[in-house]
Amino acid sequence: MTTTVETATGTAKTMVLNMGPQHPSTHGVLRILLELDGETVVKAVPDLGYLHTGIEKSCEDKTYSQVITLTDRMDYLSPLGNNLVYCLAVEKLLGLEPPKRAQYIRVMMVELQRISSHLVWLGTHAIDLGAMSVFLYCFREREEILKIFEMFSGQRMMTSYIRIGGVALEPPAGWRQAVERFMKMMPSRIDEYETLLTENRIWMGRTKGVGYISAEDAVALSMTGPTLRAAGIAYDNRKQFPYSSYEEFDFDVPTRTDSDCFGRYMIRVAEMRESLKIIRQAFDKISDEGPIKADAPGIVPPPREKMKTEMEALIYHFKIFTEGFSPPPGEAFVTIESPRGELGCFIASDGSPKPLRVHFRAPSYINLQALPKLIVGQLIADVIACIGTIDIVLGEVDR
Amino acid sequence: MTETVSESTNQNANVVVEHLRSWNPKAVAEVIEFRGETTIVVPRELLRAAAALCREDAALQFNLLSDTTCVDRFPHEPRFEMNYHLVSIPRRDKIRLRVNLSGKDPSVDSLMPVWPGANWLEREVFDLFGIRFTGHTDLRRILLPEDWEGHPLRKDYPVEGFRDVPSTGALFRKSAP
Repeated sequence: MTTTVETATGTAKTMVLNMGPQHPSTHGVLRILLELDGETVVKAVPDLGYLHTGIEKSCEDKTYSQVITLTDRMDYLSPLGNNLVYCLAVEKLLGLEPPKRAQYIRVMMVELQRISSHLVWLGTHAIDLGAMSVFLYCFREREEILKIFEMFSGQRMMTSYIRIGGVALEPPAGWRQAVERFMKMMPSRIDEYETLLTENRIWMGRTKGVGYISAEDAVALSMTGPTLRAAGIAYDNRKQFPYSSYEEFDFDVPTRTDSDCFGRYMIRVAEMRESLKIIRQAFDKISDEGPIKADAPGIVPPPREKMKTEMEALIYHFKIFTEGFSPPPGEAFVTIESPRGELGCFIASDGSPKPLRVHFRAPSYINLQALPKLIVGQLIADVIACIGTIDIVLGEVDR
Repeated sequence: MTETVSESTNQNANVVVEHLRSWNPKAVAEVIEFRGETTIVVPRELLRAAAALCREDAALQFNLLSDTTCVDRFPHEPRFEMNYHLVSIPRRDKIRLRVNLSGKDPSVDSLMPVWPGANWLEREVFDLFGIRFTGHTDLRRILLPEDWEGHPLRKDYPVEGFRDVPSTGALFRKSAP
């Protein structure tokens, strides 16, 4: 890699420092070329692509159902959100609407995922800034969420639980107790993180006033998610363009106006509490009986029992898994609110069983674009706070 | 998508189409409706001005450039479709602008002067499709190494790449077009 930084003030005064791609606080393989004047950042040039795996190209060579497993591997802290946006886009192409029960299960799962993703963010961000114990507490609670995912889907992380037309499996026996236990435990645990951090002098010193971006700049740079809401703009896809029955849920979109690292921390903590409210409502809405998959022969695989008794079901099963199904030609673009921001999926179909083009609007990638804006003029130690506060997942940035 | 939602977006889309038409009668080449989404096909020369109008006009206010992406319809011509997904946060509206580009001259005006955020979005399309954006201040590869040959998301680029593997003989000969 031979990316060069032109020095604005000549070589005598500034030095160029290479940060990453193995630096632990870059949360993966991000490389940033920093031009420093003493300890102050004069210029920053991010360099990405170390984790590029060509997922969008691979999608074009798979049937619509096979792509779901690839989406898990982009944003590996929020695989359910990726499943959801892809399935919503395919369902839009097909004109298919999953049953209400499946939609509520989806909402509950992605909100649990949001909490787990914010917990990883909080833990790693705190450890970057020197608060070791928060990390251990956050991962303790995240473990509980991963256990719930394992109950539902058999997998802790790469769940592939949300499928085209519904969800993969019926909720398992005992899921209500597990989720109920988690909902009872979590509010006090969030209070616990706040007692450790919110009024901690070192934490405030490291985050207050650090990495400011104005609301105008944030919108102009296409930033979304907690970073944009910390700048005072209440843009949340769950409210603005509701999907998966979010319009039936009662929750607030927290915003702040300070738009610094501390503000973004407060937003994410508040979002965890809002997610708990949504999980409670979804928990009550999910009925014990009812379909979890849309009635769409030829698209949704038939149940096992039907395959053993009905010839048509067997034929559909065979066709779905050998040649797949063909949505009508056209394009669909769906956006959801992932823990990191607006996650979008664009699918172009040419009427064949494989997508012509699948594109993901990766919020980490687009938010990362604003990093130079956040860190120029700041101290080198604040670069770490700023990278953490954007909350990037390199698997999604590079795809 | 429920019926009410798609109807309301259609009405909103009509507002956008009418605004663009009243600004310049040639600005709207085609309007495509599919599953409640509206695509406005804009001539290549007018893209930047049309996008600026969408952003600045008080009745439109498309302040967020949500996404930019390309579709390769090889071997059909015009081969490339550039899609711009615009969001209006105050008006809760979405629209898609599209420009068709030929395979011989895949270039279009950059939208960086309108939305600075178009920078990396366009660099990604340049890297993976080889579309050139005139007026872009920093048009370099972003995901692939600088010395990469070809543009992998084009349809004439094989999924497994051009690998120079001796044992496969002519099968994976390194011969990027």
